[in-house]
Amino acid sequence: MDHRAPSPLRSYPGAHVPDRQYRVDSDGVSIAVHEWGNENDPILVLVHGGFDFARTFDSFAPRIATRGWRVVAWDHRGHGDSQHAALYSWDADLRDAIAVMSHVSPHAAVPVIGHSKGGALMIQLADAQPYRIAALVNIDGIPSKRPIPDVAEHERTKMLAGEVAGWLDHRRATATNQRKPGTIEELATRRGRMNPRLDRQWLEYLVTVGAYESTDGWRWKIDPSMRFGGFGPWRPEWALARLPGLAMPFLGVLVSEVEEMGWGTLPHHVSPYLPLNGKLEFVEGAGHFVHIEQPDMMVDMVLDLCERVV
Amino acid sequence: MTTEILTHNKISLALHHLRRPDEAPDPNLRPLLLLHGLGERSPGCVPMWAEAWPGPIAALDFTGHGDSTVPRGGGYSSEMLLADADAALAALTSEDPAKGISVLGRGLGAYIGLQLAGARASQVHGTILCDGPGLAGGPTEPTSMSFFALGNDGQPPDPYALVELGRDLRPPDYATSFVRLAVTGSRLDQPITVCAIFRPAWLEATVGEHGVAESTLAEALHAYANAR
Repeated sequence: MDHRAPSPLRSYPGAHVPDRQYRVDSDGVSIAVHEWGNENDPILVLVHGGFDFARTFDSFAPRIATRGWRVVAWDHRGHGDSQHAALYSWDADLRDAIAVMSHVSPHAAVPVIGHSKGGALMIQLADAQPYRIAALVNIDGIPSKRPIPDVAEHERTKMLAGEVAGWLDHRRATATNQRKPGTIEELATRRGRMNPRLDRQWLEYLVTVGAYESTDGWRWKIDPSMRFGGFGPWRPEWALARLPGLAMPFLGVLVSEVEEMGWGTLPHHVSPYLPLNGKLEFVEGAGHFVHIEQPDMMVDMVLDLCERVV
Repeated sequence: MTTEILTHNKISLALHHLRRPDEAPDPNLRPLLLLHGLGERSPGCVPMWAEAWPGPIAALDFTGHGDSTVPRGGGYSSEMLLADADAALAALTSEDPAKGISVLGRGLGAYIGLQLAGARASQVHGTILCDGPGLAGGPTEPTSMSFFALGNDGQPPDPYALVELGRDLRPPDYATSFVRLAVTGSRLDQPITVCAIFRPAWLEATVGEHGVAESTLAEALHAYANAR
């Protein structure tokens, strides 16, 4: 059932709770959907990044909604208010995205804005199911090959051994793991280490919508079985290979300030792969969360593209 | 046969003890862990092709297979099944971690066995890679695959497992990185033996690596049983 999100314990200038919240079933996994704006306005979809959640759009989404859009975002499985699943994968995230998009717009393509991993996911969805996406904006979510440190082969093998063993040790403990509890201020400090450019008031606001309070303190809602980083066969530069074939209008936004949660992709990495209908913007002096740092500028930039396709 | 239930995050894994130490000709030999192919389940008794192993024998049902949990909504990866196999390794070596295990994998289980050989090289003393369902896996680079909800009725094998693990990316250099981990961390000169006749790209690359032997299954079981 739709309901309005409760008021958070902290406020932030320009931040608004979603106007509607409900759940969509993705083949047995319950996905939390959040909407801002008038239900009869054209739909615009926002997709959050890894280790993030939809309510990080509480400042960006309402600004888009006031320009005449019904903004739809969801928490990826295991993130925010969505169900903690038994398994997580890139393909599963894409299927969950399709479940939500089929629910809100089963027959018409809609503009989509993806941030970070959400942007990379949407590049693949735009390639696999182009009929769903009318225009695509990617905010600092175009993966690129990271420079490989100049180390000897045996050192690289040792690094991989440590990564794999560390991940397996983590998996052995996941059945009983819990996120570390703390005060609102402590959780804001922890998040601030990953998001050093975001102000304190925003970080504390995020805790009150992205964490839950229990008897021993606040904990982030994200599934404790999830772990930042990891290993696997996927290579970031493969996302670039899908870009040139996209037919819908495309805008890639890159930033100058490299942060831990971003790929550090620069314009010269992407320019050779831009689709015919594509454009690249480089924002100087902004970090990975440029849409939170400079929301009004970003709203103008993304709507300049999205308004052309409605 | 007795079955032990292991917990891997939200999944209950069935580890079947097909031959317990007190039933083995050589009860002190490290156990042989059997890893089944895609869409299969563990055998209900010691299969004829593994009888030559003189030590204890156990077999794991991967997530979504056999008597293990069939989760909702898919999300399978080879790496998650590697963690299933690692849970079995932990259970089989809980009394004596130094003893380790040997591994025999069929099809998908061969690929997971290779990963386990690299990931836990000091505890896996010999891994045998055999033909079986899911040996090829998916492509070696991005393709135009699409995404659809499959639905499942909670019964094994999980259709998501069949689809997702049947098409997971297996670049040859990713596979060989596990060979190098195995060779670097193992006390054996040849910690991996390939018995498979069919050789997809990842396995062809594996065979070309230093520290990988080729033989019949009988020869491989004999060699690793005698590698002390």
